[in-house]
Amino acid sequence: MAQRGIREYHGKKMMARHLPTYLGDGFGYDGKIVLVDRHTDWAQLKEENPWLGKEPLVAKPDQLFGKRGKHGLVLVKKNFDETKAWIKERMGKETKVGEITGTLTHFLIEPCIAHDQEYYVAIKSGAEGDTIYFSLEGGINVEENWEKVIAIQVPVLEGIEGVDVEKALPKDLGKNRQMVATFLVGLYKMFADLHFAYLEINPFAIADGKIIPLDLVAKLDDTAEFCAGKLWGDDIEFPAAFGRELTPEEQKVRELDALSGASLKLTLLNPDGRVWNMVAGGGASVIFADTVCDLGYAKELAFYGEYSGDPSTQLTYEYAKVVMDLMTRKAHPEGKTKALIIGGGIANFTDVAKTFTGIIMAMKEFAGKLKKVNTRIYVRRGGPNYHEGLANIRKAAEDLGLPIEVHGPEYHMTRIVKDALQA
Amino acid sequence: MKRPDYLLFDRDTRSIIFGMQTNAVQRMLDFDYCCKREKPSVAAIVDPGRTDTFKCFYGKKEIFVPVYPDLAVACAKHPDADVLINFASFRSAFETTKQALDQDQLRTIVVIAEGIPERFSRHLRALALRRRKVIIGPATVGGIAAGAFKIGNTGGTIDNIVSSKLHRAGSVGFVSKSGGMSNEAYNIISRNSDGLFEGIAIGGDAYPGSTLLEHLLRFEANPAIKMLVCLGEVGGEEEWRIVEAVKQGRLKKPLVMWVTGTSIKYMPKGIQFGHAGAKADARRETAEAKNQALREVGVIVPASFDDFGQAIKHTFDKLVAEGQHKPIADVDAPPIPMNYKEAVARNLVRRPTNFTCTISDDSGDELVYAGHKISKVISENYSVGEVIGLLWFKERLPKWAASFMENVLKLSADHGPCVSGAHNTIVTARAGRDLMSAVASGILTIGPRFGGAVAGAALSFKAAYDAKMTPDEFVASMKQKNQKIQGIGHLIKSLKNPDMRVVLLKKFAKENFPKTPLLDYALEVEKLTTAKKDTLILNVDGAIGVLSVDMMYGLGWDEERIQSVVDSGGLNGLFLLGRTIGMIGHYMDQTRMKAPLYRHPWDDVLYDLPPQVK
Repeated sequence: MAQRGIREYHGKKMMARHLPTYLGDGFGYDGKIVLVDRHTDWAQLKEENPWLGKEPLVAKPDQLFGKRGKHGLVLVKKNFDETKAWIKERMGKETKVGEITGTLTHFLIEPCIAHDQEYYVAIKSGAEGDTIYFSLEGGINVEENWEKVIAIQVPVLEGIEGVDVEKALPKDLGKNRQMVATFLVGLYKMFADLHFAYLEINPFAIADGKIIPLDLVAKLDDTAEFCAGKLWGDDIEFPAAFGRELTPEEQKVRELDALSGASLKLTLLNPDGRVWNMVAGGGASVIFADTVCDLGYAKELAFYGEYSGDPSTQLTYEYAKVVMDLMTRKAHPEGKTKALIIGGGIANFTDVAKTFTGIIMAMKEFAGKLKKVNTRIYVRRGGPNYHEGLANIRKAAEDLGLPIEVHGPEYHMTRIVKDALQA
Repeated sequence: MKRPDYLLFDRDTRSIIFGMQTNAVQRMLDFDYCCKREKPSVAAIVDPGRTDTFKCFYGKKEIFVPVYPDLAVACAKHPDADVLINFASFRSAFETTKQALDQDQLRTIVVIAEGIPERFSRHLRALALRRRKVIIGPATVGGIAAGAFKIGNTGGTIDNIVSSKLHRAGSVGFVSKSGGMSNEAYNIISRNSDGLFEGIAIGGDAYPGSTLLEHLLRFEANPAIKMLVCLGEVGGEEEWRIVEAVKQGRLKKPLVMWVTGTSIKYMPKGIQFGHAGAKADARRETAEAKNQALREVGVIVPASFDDFGQAIKHTFDKLVAEGQHKPIADVDAPPIPMNYKEAVARNLVRRPTNFTCTISDDSGDELVYAGHKISKVISENYSVGEVIGLLWFKERLPKWAASFMENVLKLSADHGPCVSGAHNTIVTARAGRDLMSAVASGILTIGPRFGGAVAGAALSFKAAYDAKMTPDEFVASMKQKNQKIQGIGHLIKSLKNPDMRVVLLKKFAKENFPKTPLLDYALEVEKLTTAKKDTLILNVDGAIGVLSVDMMYGLGWDEERIQSVVDSGGLNGLFLLGRTIGMIGHYMDQTRMKAPLYRHPWDDVLYDLPPQVK
């Protein structure tokens, strides 16, 4: 994978845990924040976090979407019982946010702290280095006033040590200038050490010599799990985008993907679709999906997926089962044939015979169901042991009575898509 | 030899492989052989903590590639190597690539691992730029300079290399992110032009070590390359830099390009395609926007990937028609002998076997003893006697026969420390030798005088019985030949002081065997011999020997089969197997007590030498 969004709660918890390392104990963020879901034991929550009963509170959903205020999803300055009632009323409810409908499942609660000035900070990673953005005028209108945002470049090799952050900050900051500079340097160091890909605190405030992050958006580079995972904390999670909760099948494929060095992906698009692309390769899989769409059949594309990196026979079998299970649950609504496209380019090192053995095992298991939904199979593949793989899959399909067309590298890669759609 | 900046690889390029990637090395050498390179492209392998050599094929001949424990040593020993192919895992690739960047002689570093954190990849690129080196990858299969140098697993098997004309240089420069698609593209290019000159897969990560444009600019500078082909991808700004370069006239050669990922607009927002970098965050990053912009500056952009090959063909034919290029001729590649293992897998060869085994098979999923899977043996609780039956006689014995064998094992398991087998075992153990040596020295004493008379007794008693000799005739004939009857006689035991082991065996046989003809015959013989001397009894070896034959009679085997067992001498195995239990015991006993070296006392030896010579 790569850059993935995390909850505001986890981002703030990391700030509370790690900022003291960079800032010293003098000032920072106290980390008074809790995350609640439908399993939360409210009595226990209050016992473990006594401040919940003492301070006025803020509550909002924590599910990777913004503009919560605009959608009436921020509760301000209420006591514990009022907050609890407000959350309970919304928990598990389908809610429309912009174009997307999803279920509210996670909320965060923090103290409501009085403050004056709201600042903006964001750190973004890019090819040439990271950029720290800062503005005296934080809040929802920061994008409209982008000319007031200053950008501080942090070059890749030199790092933050070579940058005079305080000098770059606006003089209008007054007495807070040095403190904000120290904070930004600390925040940047955390950003780098924890392999953040994006971190935005909009807005943050300063009150009583403490940093108050009011709203936070963050993405981590999840490939850094092996070296930064401990710093992220045990409870870190990468939730699916709002309204895009993983189906059990997508979840299953994600788990299979994590099992080995091979790569397996599946995103369900339209379970009623006619075209089921089971394609090998990160590059080829995109081209097969493109071709279906270019030919005007985007609506018939059932899912996007890929398998690559020489997956074992067993792993390919598990993946093929998920695909075949999904595609055989019901017949096409208009009674059309379904196309199972077993496609791919010419592999460099993935053993075609081995991976096809896995597909054949699944095919045998699902033969009856595949026939029931009127499946036609189209194969195009090359690479190590492809002769054997192609011969095996042809024979297996013929023995099972499944209609199949099989091609090697002599056939243009995506021509089977046309063949399938025009059958 | 100094190569121009635009040329990363030629027919003399030598490389170091980081990681024990034997398949990749072999594939590189097969490619080298196919291209008729003078020297193999792999100079050395680095495998941390290991000093070794790796034996591989160069054509039919086997050659050695040295294996070094670290990169600096490998570089020092092979100053001609200027490419490192780094197969280190995503956990260690950052550190090892940094080390490689510190080696002055290395110009090009290929990073294969997928899943290197983006900050690390970015850092590596910055270091490489500063040191004027090129990183290909991460998350790539590498690339290929046709007819010259192949990176690792690029291009797949040798048949594909040859069918895509990669064993000789063509005139097309290709670059893409995807490794799988680059191989596909070499195929397409070979069908629609005179073939590839060089192809690079920069990898699917967001921050590749080198960019599409950088490689295109290299190709632009290379006079051997006449046209450029590139596959771009949704996500990132890289294709826009190509648009700029074309606009600025930095890329002048005909460029056929297609940006994949046009389907992303039909996908849920934020979908992650197979490549980490394939993710459109803005309109500019979509495939449509990029394809359109490329088309507008004069790049040849087909209507879809389906027409990619056509666009290449059209462009190439135009170059030829305009007289700007003369197509490069095809060259035959020397055939690479197929590996024996692969030929077997593909049913292409056969050869006579040197060995035959008819009792057990470990070549399948599960161990099998004479047709009985080991899982059956365990789940159905076969006795040791039954297992012996499977491996010695290839059949599951009935309970009475299996029990007989087990009884023999039990009562021959040991006979105290003073018999020759145990004694030797003890002396050897005390000399500090290991279990195998101690038990072997004990076993070596088994023979006609000690424990090894079982087979001999079975043989001679059965021969007499088969010849229908009366016991009298048998004893007389043996006396006439001046031969002892094997299985008769004991040092101390006698009719009055019988050997309990023989008593038990006889009792068991009488109660459980269907018949005991040879035992009965031997007991008649015993009557005659004990009449001459009290200790000439049927001893334990004799009893085991004749009863083993009776067991086979009872099993209803035909004469030929029984005789072959007797003739083989294998019946001594019952004693050998049983007594091994005791010898192992004696070994463990001595080592447990830490018994010191045994030296026999002088006064127990009669020294009777010839008189001393003066």
